[in-house]
Amino acid sequence: MAGTAVLGRLNWQIADVVELITETPRVKTIAFDVPGWAGHRAGQHVDVRLTAEDGYQAQRSYSIANAVDGTRVALTIQRLEDGEVSPYLTDELRPGDKIELRGPIGGYFVWEPSDGGPLMLVAGGSGIVPLMAMIRTRATAGDNTETRLLYSARSQDDLIYRDELEHKSGNGLTVAYTLTDSQPPGWTGYARRVDPKMLAEVAPGPAEQPRFFTCGPTPFVGAVAEALVRLGNEARAIKTERFGPTGG
Amino acid sequence: MPPVISRGFRGRRGDGPADRIPPGQYLTYDFPVLSAGPTPHTPLDQWDFSIVGEIDEPRRWTWEEFRALQSEEVTVDIHCVTKWSKLDTPWKGVSVDTLLDGVDTSAEYVIQFSDGGYTTNLPIEDVTDGKAWVVFDYDSEPLDPEHGGPARMLVPHLYFWKSAKWLRGLRLQSHDEPGFWEINGYNNYGDPWLEQRYWGD
Repeated sequence: MAGTAVLGRLNWQIADVVELITETPRVKTIAFDVPGWAGHRAGQHVDVRLTAEDGYQAQRSYSIANAVDGTRVALTIQRLEDGEVSPYLTDELRPGDKIELRGPIGGYFVWEPSDGGPLMLVAGGSGIVPLMAMIRTRATAGDNTETRLLYSARSQDDLIYRDELEHKSGNGLTVAYTLTDSQPPGWTGYARRVDPKMLAEVAPGPAEQPRFFTCGPTPFVGAVAEALVRLGNEARAIKTERFGPTGG
Repeated sequence: MPPVISRGFRGRRGDGPADRIPPGQYLTYDFPVLSAGPTPHTPLDQWDFSIVGEIDEPRRWTWEEFRALQSEEVTVDIHCVTKWSKLDTPWKGVSVDTLLDGVDTSAEYVIQFSDGGYTTNLPIEDVTDGKAWVVFDYDSEPLDPEHGGPARMLVPHLYFWKSAKWLRGLRLQSHDEPGFWEINGYNNYGDPWLEQRYWGD
């Protein structure tokens, strides 16, 4: 990235809603066709802008969920009860509607197959989204980089992309789950908050120099990053992306 | 291009004074945390603050020396590029004018450098004349590490990534040098009122 700055302005582009997919009771994926979309890297985000009839505007940032696929851009959005933007996106949008977005944005929390691994992804709740873009990018490229995902959610119903993760497992991808609030009968995964012991069990050791990406709510990401440092990993190998409960 | 109207979208109105919330921002009452990596924890007895680069004599303060400098209380609005704005945030710290008092330099730029390797760049005139502080208290409490403690920069007139957390010093330079986010897609200057979020804005 450094030295390759393309200083062109990221203009607002019109995005056509082509498909809405219900992922969980609170989460939808909205797939857009964005004519002229020039591609993106896994981990990047877009800004979405909504305009009311009287000209009032609101913007929010959302991680891109899909691997590069022509002009398709998929956002997976959790509905925040008192949010200003997310309830509109998840409840009101229909195929054929248009919104504005601009991106892709961000050059740090990104991974490409040529970056290599081993890759250790730690997701809390809807923090899975940019990490899923990495897993999908890896799969699309036929890449076999050793990749481990530790995915924490409250309950099985809150797991996003579960079937796809099962399907993509293998070829160097392993997925471990922890359900913090409730577990279905016969659950064999973890059943507590992510802690240093769990990370030590799931993550490659520091000697393997894994690349860490962790995304989720602020306390989750803070705890994961601190634990990884305590386990002996280099701070600079740990890339974090946090989102707070505000605004949405 | 005229904006696309979202049928039925109303948004949240009257949420704070419009003349204090820059375009594309929304008001928050929380204090969200954003950082690119783990939170550093430098013990205060190993902490120092230095001014280096184009300066006749580099300056360095230990924590105790730094805290003995004249400090100010400031209450300002802050604006994060991730869209939140927070009004009337109360800080205590040392004005950059105090740190640079008597310094003879031809530098036109300042690079903030932090524990963890973070840097961010500014024209020197954006941190002088009462525009920037190195703060160590928030809301009358020592600044929490997740918000940049023991000390962070405060440059409230620019997006908040221009206010480095875990600040350890300032480097004075005659040439500009894009910092961490500035080489990763974010604007080199970052004026929230001009909505300078990204490259080319």
